[in-house]
Amino acid sequence: MSKDNQILEELTSKEYEHGWSVNYEADEAPTGLNEDIIRWISAKKEEPEWLLEWRLKAFRTWQSMTEPQWANVHYPKIDLQSLKYYSAPKQSKKPKNLNEVDPELIAIYERLGISLNEQKRLQGIAIDAVLDSVSVATTFKDTLGKLGIVFCSFSEAVKEHPELIKKYLGSVVPMTDNYYAALNSAVFSDGSFCYIPKGVRCPMELSTYFRINAANTGQFERTLIVAEDESYVSYLEGCTAPQRDENQLHAAVVEIYAGAHAQVKYSTVQNWFPGDKEGKGGIYNFVTKRGICAGDHSKISWTQVETGSAVTWKYPSCILKGDYSVGEFYSVAVTNNYQQADTGTKMIHIGKNTKSRIVSKGISAGKSQNSYRGQVQVMKRADNARNFSQCDSLLMGDRCGAHTFPYIDINNPTAKVEHEATTSKIGEDQIFYCNQRGIATEDAVALIVNGYAKEVLNQLPMEFAVEAQKLLALTLEGSVG
Amino acid sequence: MLSIKNLHASIEGNEILRGINLEVKAGEVHAIMGPNGSGKSTLASVLAGREEYEVTEGEVIFQGKDLLELAPEDRAREGVFLAFQYPVEIPGVSSTNFLRTALNQVREYRGQEPLDAVKFLSLMKEKMALVEIDQKLLSRSLNEGFSGGEKKRNEIFQMAMLEPVLSILDETDSGLDIDALRIVSNGVNKLKSDKTATIVVTHYQRLLDYIVPDYVHVLYKGRIVKSGTKELALELEEKGYDWIKEEVDSAATV
Ligand SMILES: Nc1ncnc2c1ncn2[C@@H]1O[C@H](COP(=O)(O)OP(=O)(O)O)[C@@H](O)[C@H]1O
Ligand SMILES: [Mg+2]
Repeated sequence: MSKDNQILEELTSKEYEHGWSVNYEADEAPTGLNEDIIRWISAKKEEPEWLLEWRLKAFRTWQSMTEPQWANVHYPKIDLQSLKYYSAPKQSKKPKNLNEVDPELIAIYERLGISLNEQKRLQGIAIDAVLDSVSVATTFKDTLGKLGIVFCSFSEAVKEHPELIKKYLGSVVPMTDNYYAALNSAVFSDGSFCYIPKGVRCPMELSTYFRINAANTGQFERTLIVAEDESYVSYLEGCTAPQRDENQLHAAVVEIYAGAHAQVKYSTVQNWFPGDKEGKGGIYNFVTKRGICAGDHSKISWTQVETGSAVTWKYPSCILKGDYSVGEFYSVAVTNNYQQADTGTKMIHIGKNTKSRIVSKGISAGKSQNSYRGQVQVMKRADNARNFSQCDSLLMGDRCGAHTFPYIDINNPTAKVEHEATTSKIGEDQIFYCNQRGIATEDAVALIVNGYAKEVLNQLPMEFAVEAQKLLALTLEGSVG
Repeated sequence: MLSIKNLHASIEGNEILRGINLEVKAGEVHAIMGPNGSGKSTLASVLAGREEYEVTEGEVIFQGKDLLELAPEDRAREGVFLAFQYPVEIPGVSSTNFLRTALNQVREYRGQEPLDAVKFLSLMKEKMALVEIDQKLLSRSLNEGFSGGEKKRNEIFQMAMLEPVLSILDETDSGLDIDALRIVSNGVNKLKSDKTATIVVTHYQRLLDYIVPDYVHVLYKGRIVKSGTKELALELEEKGYDWIKEEVDSAATV
């Protein structure tokens, strides 16, 4: 047996760090999925009639849709009737501010290393914490409020800013967009809403932290970010889930709207439970993320570090409608053991002089499968559209797979589209070289992998970048040596 | 310091080292010469702990410890340094970052505090001067796009940073022009002390004009077939290896 195989045999990924769960009294929807459940959720959330109708319309469309099969992922059919579509920790009354939030819930986040205490927080990050189906706390609301920035849970936004929700909900990802987006539209529970008024530069990172705690519960969050003309916001999303044998479903929708000269930077560090070494359990992560550069000179930049989930199906995309608008996608997706990831992006060039840049770094170890799927579409009137795509794959061992599926569709002769792809193997000689300088194998792998992913990690806000580096190392721990 | 006794090693079933005996004391410089393919790099790799090579017989004692029992990183931390014949490239990892990780792991092993960024930088500056290496090179990805000479110089720079007890230089002279050779050799000489030892693997006498060996050994077909002082290197320069090969090969057929 070659050394490569031998070391892979010893593959013992470090136990998932966030694999604990907490018992709290929960307010849950009955198991199953039907119109009554949707009415139940909507009533629970005291939603206006129009939103219930919107949900029901999505549900009826969804019923006529079938699950997409084109992704390079394999998993047993999910029994959507066996899930619960709403679970919320019971709080005696709706908390008006942070001080009224149940300390037990705050403690859950403390345990994840996320302090919701504004004093304790590092300056510069406001957090919306979502537990199962509801948002439990949002920090720094007042500070942001003074600038006219709205950052709150989606449910709250429905009540407080119905005109904005009505205007933008489903405007970027239509409810009928795809199977999972339609399902989300029907049953979405909570999520975050950000609104940055014209000309305002959001002074801190806005961050949402999603945690699945309850068993047999799907999490269907909905995020909507609206950046008016000449505004700027950087938004971070983090997530964890307990370790459970059965698979849990996560199907989120994120919509971003950017007005003229507005810039939105969206960063994700995805750390859902990936399943155990044998491939048991883990989160099915079927996410639709899309942004529209509606105004001229606007820019949307997606950065994602995908380390978790058993199955990932996710393609953060940009519709470059405004002239001179820019879309970016920076991604690191790492898979180990039996994880499967099919992820990438879509850049749709509609406006003139639009530019897009795609940097995708896949890392596969164990028996995992890692696919990049990207589409670059240049429409007829998109004169001088530019795209550059770089898709690299790094393999650790010879039992994993890396796949690249680029789709290019050009309808304007002035377009310039470049695509580069590389596949490399993490070399024993690289590891030995590090060893020879006194660096242990685990650290050598971390060093090499972080070096490989550097261009993407550099896009993350500082605090997140450090976190992401650690996560990469953790995910690959034991995969070599 | 280093005692190699009857060392046999093979790779994929081929025996490459076939009974090496070598004693190296603190303060000494040993040169290992020999024709291509004789096993010089293999010996260096086995000492450094490369796992592809299987040691089938013999022992190596380094400062009282069984070297062959130690993991490669622990050998390095104990003070064994190998300047590679072909240094590898690590994209996206700067020399600085790489060395800081290495140095702090070595220090941790030795029970020393990690160096903070400021101290690390000043140590770097000091050692950079020693091998006349440009700081720009050190902020680039490790060895990526380095010229042959830059790679070798960087190896010696790393050696200077890690302050090893036993340094093994595997053909560090190849790819160096005469100026670089002088600079690198000067660096190596400055790092020598009566507590350290150096093994230089080379084809050419010219390196030994700068790094003067106490002993010269000729490795051929996995054995040390001749040992002597620096005069032996001069003789080899003049006469080549054929006479030694003949000596050995005819002895073997008798
Ligand atoms: N991976 C390997 N598999 C098979 N043979 C090898 C391998 N590596 C080295 N060898 C052989 O071992 C012998 C010694 O090689 P090496 O130690 O590199 O020699 P030197 O450094 O003296 O030129 C050569 O015959 C070479 O072909
Ligand atoms: Mg050699």
